[in-house]
Amino acid sequence: MSTGNIAIFIAVMAGVTYLIRMLPFTLFRKEIKSPFFKSFLHYVPYAVLSAMTIPSIFYATGSLLTAAVGTITAAVLAYYRKSLIVVALAAAAAAFLTDVLLQYLT
Amino acid sequence: MSPFLKGMRHGIPIALGYLSVSFGFGILAAKHFSVAVATIISATNLTSAGQLAGLNIMTECAPSIAAFLEMALTQLIINMRYSLMGISLSQKLDGTFNTPRRMVTAFGITDEIFAAASAQEGKITARYLYGMILIAFLGWTGGTFLGASAGEILPQSLTDAMGLSLYGMFLAIIIPPARKSKGVLLVVIAAAFLSLIFHFLLPFITSGFAVILCAVAAAALGAWLCPVREEEDA
Repeated sequence: MSTGNIAIFIAVMAGVTYLIRMLPFTLFRKEIKSPFFKSFLHYVPYAVLSAMTIPSIFYATGSLLTAAVGTITAAVLAYYRKSLIVVALAAAAAAFLTDVLLQYLT
Repeated sequence: MSPFLKGMRHGIPIALGYLSVSFGFGILAAKHFSVAVATIISATNLTSAGQLAGLNIMTECAPSIAAFLEMALTQLIINMRYSLMGISLSQKLDGTFNTPRRMVTAFGITDEIFAAASAQEGKITARYLYGMILIAFLGWTGGTFLGASAGEILPQSLTDAMGLSLYGMFLAIIIPPARKSKGVLLVVIAAAFLSLIFHFLLPFITSGFAVILCAVAAAALGAWLCPVREEEDA
């Protein structure tokens, strides 16, 4: 593909993504009064992250077993309110160690 | 501590999470494009799902008006959640947030930055967001560059495992508030349940569109059954 066409693809991708972020964030100035809509917006991030995580987290490593071990590790640490980075790295470490152990055993 | 430094500090876990995930994106992108192209995609988009879908279009479709339109529509659908997040976050901005500041910080609205900023007590300032966005941007773009340049040398098992870190961070964001608030718990369970239905029963619906439907339905259910009371950061 020519450099020009790559540039067009990237420009379209970045332009649309930026406008989606910028227009509502910049134009929306009113304080929302509706209790329903306020509650709705309060819940949106949790809903988005939950839907993006389940079931994708189980396919993230290419092995259901290592992903499940990592997921359980992350869920337990998150339950005990460990920091984001501790949970994130522990999930990856648990999956990696499981994979190493599996290769060693088989 | 200045708001800028505080934002940077709160952005460190996000940046580290991004580093590992964008590393994987860099590995994928470098299979078809140069290190520079991979890095520019991350620097200009700052989003995981949208970039992955965009990369797929660039590798599968020959350049044409139709392919450019498909790119635009796919980004619109996958990233539409940022519009909802932008409206939600606009309610938390302090009085100094003028239009130029909104236009700059809008670039940095991602799932994680939105979640971390939303979790702050009270109003947030532009400087706080600048700090958080800057360090997250460096993590995302730097990770892509490193992955595109060096991904081939690392063992597959390590790069595979690193793919889990971003999801681990998602769990760390949603589980503690779900312990505290029945509404959040309900929303998290409902969204996960709907997502499973989309994945297994309606696989022809694209993942970006499925996320929008799950999020809108689950958040509406939560707002209907467990409305958040005034000034309560549930």
